[in-house]
Amino acid sequence: MDMNVTPHPALEDAVNRRLLQAVERGLPLVLQPYAHIGKQLGIGEDEVIARLQSLQEQGIIKRMGVVVRHRALGYRANGMVVWDVADDNVGATGCRLGAMPFVTLCYRRPRRLPDWPYNLFTMIHGRDRLQVLARVDQLLHSGGMQGCAHQVLFSQRCFKQNGARYTTLDTPREASS
Amino acid sequence: MNTPALALTPTEQRLLDEFQHGFPLEPRPYASIARQLGISETAVVETLRHLQAAGVVSRVGPVLHPNRIGASTLAAVAAPSARLETIAALVSEYPEVNHNYQREHHYNLWFVVTAPDRAHLGEVLADIRARSGLEVLDLPMLEDYFIDLGFRLQWT
Repeated sequence: MDMNVTPHPALEDAVNRRLLQAVERGLPLVLQPYAHIGKQLGIGEDEVIARLQSLQEQGIIKRMGVVVRHRALGYRANGMVVWDVADDNVGATGCRLGAMPFVTLCYRRPRRLPDWPYNLFTMIHGRDRLQVLARVDQLLHSGGMQGCAHQVLFSQRCFKQNGARYTTLDTPREASS
Repeated sequence: MNTPALALTPTEQRLLDEFQHGFPLEPRPYASIARQLGISETAVVETLRHLQAAGVVSRVGPVLHPNRIGASTLAAVAAPSARLETIAALVSEYPEVNHNYQREHHYNLWFVVTAPDRAHLGEVLADIRARSGLEVLDLPMLEDYFIDLGFRLQWT
């Protein structure tokens, strides 16, 4: 993959950039949110909708909907499970694990030898540690991960959690909240 | 972080479960949700406001795909335990850092850095390295295997 990430062509469009900036922290909770945003940007409601539709089709928006906070709902335990998977097998393994209902993220990342040998990252939320560990067991025994070197990194303290803000960083800096 | 899990009504549960993706792209999106839930449009908006104030809903809107817009990476440092909080505060200072967690591991501080481009990202990592005196693991996402349909909540 290209590590010198070049902006997606859709983002060279100034209106799209301003639109993402306007919505990345959430739609306003008013009856006509798209009209509200359109007014801010000086475009029509239908144009806001069409642009969001297109950004979603192009994969820049991954999903649109309610974003929940797991912890507030009682999902207290969060284990990042890291695996050392043979390079020629990582794609198939990643697709398999990413489709498990309790896996909430599944990414391939580079190894950094000798310090860091793991190349596949999965996130598992649970009500407590035992539930997370039971799910890791399930991956080991029925998810085809038997014998695969892995570690479970439980989260302890959260020092900061914000939605990612890609678009505001190239305009004047703001302190994040 | 120690608030007990909220007791949610069946309607609130459905609102959280069924609308994490496919949010209506039409002029009155909450009206369309209201029809599916059998409540009024204003009740949908009020319930979402309530859930947001209670900290259950972070926001309603788009989840952007990492790396399609700018550059981002997952980074980690192994902070000596006596310095962990100081290092964590140093890392959280950067507006480019949006998640910062302590995890149980030799690498005990994990954070996500997001920037408009890889050069900017590299500067932030170098700065953290210089100020903390710690090596920073830089683990950018290479491939995403997860189809994000939101989080399947299990109420039982």
